[in-house]
Amino acid sequence: MNPILTITKRELASFFDSLIAYIMLVIFLGFCGFFTWMFGSDIFMRGQADLYVFFSWAYLLLFLFIPALTMRLLAEEKRVGTIELLLTKAVSDRQLVIGKFLSCWLLIIIALAFTLPYYFTVATLGNIDHGAIWCGYLGLILMSAAHIAIGLFASSITNNQIVAFLLALVIGGLFQYIFGFVSGAMPGFLGEVLNYLDFNSHFSSMARGVIDTKDVVYFLSVTALGLLLTEVSIGRLRA
Amino acid sequence: MNIKIQNLTKRYGAQKAVDDISFEVKTGEILGFLGPNGAGKTTTMKMITNYLEVHEGDIIIDGKSIKGHAGTLKRHIGYLPEHNPLYTEMSVLDYLKFCAALQQVPKGSIPDRIREMVRVCGLDREKHKNIGELSKGYRQRVGLAQAMIHDPEILILDEPTTGLDPNQIVEIRDLIRQIGRQKTVILSTHILPEVEATCDRILIINRGKIVADGTSATLRKQAQGQEVLRVRIEEGDHEGIYAALQNLYTTQLVDVIDADTNFYEIQSVTDMSSKYEVFKLCVANGWILTEMTPFETKLEDIFRDLTLN
Repeated sequence: MNPILTITKRELASFFDSLIAYIMLVIFLGFCGFFTWMFGSDIFMRGQADLYVFFSWAYLLLFLFIPALTMRLLAEEKRVGTIELLLTKAVSDRQLVIGKFLSCWLLIIIALAFTLPYYFTVATLGNIDHGAIWCGYLGLILMSAAHIAIGLFASSITNNQIVAFLLALVIGGLFQYIFGFVSGAMPGFLGEVLNYLDFNSHFSSMARGVIDTKDVVYFLSVTALGLLLTEVSIGRLRA
Repeated sequence: MNIKIQNLTKRYGAQKAVDDISFEVKTGEILGFLGPNGAGKTTTMKMITNYLEVHEGDIIIDGKSIKGHAGTLKRHIGYLPEHNPLYTEMSVLDYLKFCAALQQVPKGSIPDRIREMVRVCGLDREKHKNIGELSKGYRQRVGLAQAMIHDPEILILDEPTTGLDPNQIVEIRDLIRQIGRQKTVILSTHILPEVEATCDRILIINRGKIVADGTSATLRKQAQGQEVLRVRIEEGDHEGIYAALQNLYTTQLVDVIDADTNFYEIQSVTDMSSKYEVFKLCVANGWILTEMTPFETKLEDIFRDLTLN
C-alpha cells in the first residue's frame, strides 16, 4: 500500500479509537443542529430555502474544532519520540505530512456528510438551489483544508499539544477574522492584500453559491503553503 | 549489505558529537558499539538510519551513498531507537501490521511476517494487548519485532537488551547472533559481557572518536602485551622457589602475592609464555603445582583505560 494511505489509515483509526472522532462529531453536529434549526435567527427566519445559516455557523465551528484535531498529530509524535520511528521507515517527510493531513481532512468530510440531512430537509421545504448547496459544501471543505494545514504546521513546530492548539487558533484566527477586520481600516494596496488573504472574502461568495476558480486556488495555495512549511519544519529535526 | 563510514562528523553548535570516524561493517558481522554516555554512539546510529542528516563525511551502504539514496536504503534497515518509542494506544498486532505496511512488505506476506515475529520475539500471549499495557521487557520485544518485521539486511539496535530479564537477554542475544550470520548488525550497549557474548567485533568510541577497533581477543592483546600468570606452588621453600622462578629465561618479573602459600604473579617477556617452563621447573624440583591461572585483562579494564582520560 502507498505509505501515504498507510499513515492516513492509522491516523483515522487512532481518531476513532481514542474517541476524539466521536466526541468531535457529536459536539460539532450538536452545535450545528442547534444553531441552524433552533437558535436565534435560524433557518426558518430566513424566508428562503437555503443553508446559508448552517454554512456560516459551520465556518466558525470548524475554525474552533480543527486545531483540536491537528494539535496532537505531530506534537505528540515529537514528544514521545515515535517520529524517529516513522522517519526511519520507508516514508518521506512529504508522504508523512500528506498522510496526516488526509486523515484529518477525511474526518472533517465525514462530519460534513452527516449534515447532509439538513440539505434534504430544506429541499422538501421549498425551492432550493442545488448548485449553491454543493458550492457551499465545497467552500467548507476547502476552508477546512487550509485550517488543517495551518494546524499541522503549528503542531510541527512544538512538542506541546496545548501550544500547538493555541498557535493554530492564532494563525487561523488571523486568516479567519483579523485580516478581514484590519483590511477594512486600511487604505490602498495593503488593505487589498489583507482583504485577499481573508478567508471570509473567499468563503462568503462560495456560501452564496458563486464558485470562482480564484477562490478555489486561494484555499489550495494556503493549504499547500501550510503543508510545505510543515515539511520544512520536520526536515529541521534532522539537522 | 556492507556499511562503510567515511570521515563522518556531526556538530551540534561548536561541539562535535561525532568527530571524523571511519569504519566498515560487512555482511555477516555483528559490530558492538561501546562507549560512555554521550560518546556519539546514538548520533552515529541515527545517521546510519537516516534520521539525522549527514553533513560532513559519508555513509555508503551497499555501494550507494546515503545522501542520494535515502528512500531506497531505508527499506533495508531495521532500527530499534534508544528509548524504544511506541504507539501505546495501538495493539501489538495492529502496530506490527502498520510497520510492515510502512516498510513495503508485500500485502500477501504481512500475516506470515507478523506470525514469525510474534513467535521469534515471544509475544504470543500479549499480541492482542495494547502496547501501553505491556511491561518494559515486552515493549522491548515489540520494538525488536518492528525493527525486524521486513526482514531487513541491516539491523541497527540501540541498547537492545535494556529492561529485559536474564532469560530474555539470553534469548535476544541468541536471536541477534542468529540473525547476524546473514545480516549486518550494529548494536550499542553499556553491558560489557554482552558485547563479548554477541559481537564479532568491538568498536569503542569516546568523545566522538574511535579509540579501539577489533575482536575482544585482539583488544585484550593490545591492552596487555605480556602474558601474566598466577602460580601457586605448595610444599616448597619460598626463597628457593622465588629465586628459581626469577631465573627462568621466559620471566621478566615475579611478584609475590602471598609468601606463606607461595603465591606468585609472573609477568613473561614480551611474546613468550612461561607456562611450560614453570611446569618443568616444578617437575625437576619435585614441587607441587596447585594453581596456574593465565590472568586476562577484563574488557572492563580495557574500556576504562580507553575512555577515562
